[in-house]
Amino acid sequence: MEFKNDLGKPWKYEEDGLTVVRTSMWSPPGCHPVGCGLKIYVNDEGVIDHVEGDENNPITKGRLCARCLALKDYVYNPSRVIYPMKRDPKDRGLSDKWERITWDEAFAIVKEKRDYFRDTYGAESIAVFSGTGRSGGILVSDMAQAVLGTPNACYTQSGYACYQPRSMSCSHVLGAYYPEMDYAGGLEGTYDNPAFQVPGVMVMWGKMPLASNGDGFFGHAVIDLMKRGAKLISVDPRVNWLSTRSVVHLRVRPGTDTAMAMAWLWVIINEDLYDHDFVEKWTYGFDEFAARINDPVMGMTPEKAAEICEVPVEDIYKAARLYATAKPASIAWGLAFDQNQNGNQAAHCVLALMAITGNIDVPGGQIVAEIDPAPGVADEPATGEKQEFNLDKADAGADDNAAEDAARPTRRIGWDSLPEELRDKTIGYKEYPLYVDNIRNAQADMMFDALTKGEPYRIRMGWIQSTTLLAPTCCAQPHGWYEGLKNLEFCMATDVFITPAIEAACDLFLPLASCAEKDDVVMTHYGGSPVFYGAVNKAVDVGEVKADMDLIIELGEYLGQECLQDEDGGRMFKDLEDFLTQRRTSGPIKMDFDSLRKKVGYQRGVNYRKYESGKLRPDRHPGFLTPTGRVELWSTAYANYGEDPLPYYQEPAFSPHVDPELAAKYPYILTTGARNYASFHAEHRQIPVLRELHPDPLIEINPADAAEIGVADGQWVEIANDFGRAKFKAKVSPIVKKGTVQADHGWWFPEMPADDEARDEVIPVGEILEDGPLEFEVNGTHIQNGYVKSDHADEKGLYGLWRSNVNDLVSNHYNSKLGYGGPYKCNCCSITPLQESYDTDMGLVEEMFKVDSAKKEW
Amino acid sequence: MKGILINYEFCTGCHSCEVACKKHLELPAGEFGIKLSETGPFEYAGKTGADHWEWTYLPVMTKACDMCEDRTAKGKLPMCVQHCQAWCMYYGEVEDLAKKMDGSSRCALFTR
Repeated sequence: MEFKNDLGKPWKYEEDGLTVVRTSMWSPPGCHPVGCGLKIYVNDEGVIDHVEGDENNPITKGRLCARCLALKDYVYNPSRVIYPMKRDPKDRGLSDKWERITWDEAFAIVKEKRDYFRDTYGAESIAVFSGTGRSGGILVSDMAQAVLGTPNACYTQSGYACYQPRSMSCSHVLGAYYPEMDYAGGLEGTYDNPAFQVPGVMVMWGKMPLASNGDGFFGHAVIDLMKRGAKLISVDPRVNWLSTRSVVHLRVRPGTDTAMAMAWLWVIINEDLYDHDFVEKWTYGFDEFAARINDPVMGMTPEKAAEICEVPVEDIYKAARLYATAKPASIAWGLAFDQNQNGNQAAHCVLALMAITGNIDVPGGQIVAEIDPAPGVADEPATGEKQEFNLDKADAGADDNAAEDAARPTRRIGWDSLPEELRDKTIGYKEYPLYVDNIRNAQADMMFDALTKGEPYRIRMGWIQSTTLLAPTCCAQPHGWYEGLKNLEFCMATDVFITPAIEAACDLFLPLASCAEKDDVVMTHYGGSPVFYGAVNKAVDVGEVKADMDLIIELGEYLGQECLQDEDGGRMFKDLEDFLTQRRTSGPIKMDFDSLRKKVGYQRGVNYRKYESGKLRPDRHPGFLTPTGRVELWSTAYANYGEDPLPYYQEPAFSPHVDPELAAKYPYILTTGARNYASFHAEHRQIPVLRELHPDPLIEINPADAAEIGVADGQWVEIANDFGRAKFKAKVSPIVKKGTVQADHGWWFPEMPADDEARDEVIPVGEILEDGPLEFEVNGTHIQNGYVKSDHADEKGLYGLWRSNVNDLVSNHYNSKLGYGGPYKCNCCSITPLQESYDTDMGLVEEMFKVDSAKKEW
Repeated sequence: MKGILINYEFCTGCHSCEVACKKHLELPAGEFGIKLSETGPFEYAGKTGADHWEWTYLPVMTKACDMCEDRTAKGKLPMCVQHCQAWCMYYGEVEDLAKKMDGSSRCALFTR
């Protein structure tokens, strides 16, 4: 039977009385930047009729996940807010006090407040808070530094425990941006392109990409490759669908990944399974590295790792040998590397594994970003032939942030515009200089202290964007953030919905365009290691929404920001389309946005072994973008910033082996952050068709533990530790080992009461925390964590924000020496069975959030 | 006779078929045109590696399913088949689909 598909159709066409707009999906709703192909069918009233997958997308080829299939229910959700609104600060927490205003009034309020706080307390008293997966997230530095003129952009997760710890390690150890497993995404014809090779082995390490599509890697590409013969190895505490199809599954104890990676390196080095040619020519410090792996105290034999990780030692040997001898082999490495105090070292080890097995930038191995040449440097096409390596030449030009800046060259206009004395005031700069230099964000845990303790100074104005903040995907100790936000003198927000944080603490709401209502560009890996560029093509108009980029252009102009002006004092970015051309497409893919719009998607092409051809460096010299021009197994940057230049294992702070007293009180290892298909972190809870797939916040408990505690499958429990408590519905399952539990994150309940029951209680800054158990010095600053004094866990208000808030059990300040990572995935808790049920009433959810299809105007 | 073949060895349980179908048929909460069934996860004693665990998803078509007659009449694939992320669903004549069941993978063939 012959099927008609829409291959070869233009970006916009008519079909059966509907206009079809082909687009590449990205944000809002938040998601990882895969850029899945979407056809949006629009009726003659300009309203979305339905969506389908676009067969023309070279990677997803018509496939689509549940979240995009439900896009119409997101765009036209009855709880969405599509006009600017303000509210008197004295009415914070009261949902009926919002008042619709015009954009003119909104901009005037922003200007009045920004000017007041800048002139009264200094621009650093303003902070912009951001989250993950929204396109505005990668613009947070622009919003803070270019638009408002404060250095304090802040991704609020303790230790920036999402992607950045990995990408920082890549910049400094590898000297190239994030090495993603090669799924042929950049090659025409993908897997059938002769330049591609199917990997012998794919390792899923602390990553379950089917549900997450982490960092823009299309997760179901793993299935495509399995069908083509690739074998799987899984390293994950939990059983997941892919691990049940793996030849080896190493069920490591949460937080022990560094020990496992060091043990693989021990096997590969001592059994001489490494690529001598690559090691000799392209790595630095191999002898010192091998000595560390073999060191009797600091090193790691498979036997020692088996004991630490609690896995059979023979499986470690088997996995390491399989990985080293399969050519090529790839590693998909995930969030587990970030949500771990020892994650920088785990990342260092995995980068070393990729390098010494010769899998960096080879077909079917790990691909890294091609970087634009510096101005005036000729961009010779890669010949693929090996060039002589010249260490002297390669030595030039690699500063500490070279790889990241080279991969994303236009992201520092705001930062560069700030006077040095203002940049020096960035929260956490003194304590964690590499963190701040690397991403030009305030360090998150130090920002928590600024908000709760007023140290080193108080934050007085906030902008919450691209994050639900308190219903956290991100921040640790959200009770503390909540009390801190309530102390802000002014707070604004850009979003699609009124989230709990906005209801609790905001005075101005600016409505954001969804991916159906704006033009944008989606780049895999947020532009870091892009194999694919997709045009997000506007299909419909809704209310008075604006895109994040519109705000940068228009608000920046309104506020008179010189760094956003061209030489004649006009706009540097004339409009959204010009912004996209200048910032996203003209450099790396050498076209304007309108050209990309018409193509909808563009595969960039892949040059392999770029370290030979100079395409990893703006100076076009061969080698990697590190001070030595090589993969630094002994890291110069780590040494310079006070970290051990070689990897070491560190026991998780809340491990049962560190503090037996704590372990007796909180006997379960608590891990969190696992994704499911029904939501993107805290998003999509108000979409009935998705909520039905996963209606309640779950905690996975092993059957043996459940029997001991006396918990039945489906019964609610309360988990607690010294930092907080939260309620979850038990899913009794062998997918977690005895002694370990996994709890959902990012929960709030849009159907629950909006008003804040504690709106009248404000704990002043400085009194929000009482001293916690952790104390240390970093670069002359005394740091102490704290327990949040307030506890709202039994309240229903703020959309049930506090009921199932697992991050309330996660403390700030358990970071690496460089300020990265947090204990989200290696925490501890007690479990108490509850008699009450808190099951979601799906009837209520559907009644409140069903799209009114009779409504004609949006 | 038309049918839908599911190579359920590769069904990942992503729910795309369910949601694609529900949006097309405009079904309320609790009703489905196609619904995932889940078997496992459980462990087989004495087996190792990929044979050790059973965790199988299989979507089951309900009475609400008309195999997207309106779509297939226009030469389009049924919504569930088009959006299957694991590419493990096939629509066509049952005789043709049956030929794909060659013993190399676990398959189920559905008809109305």
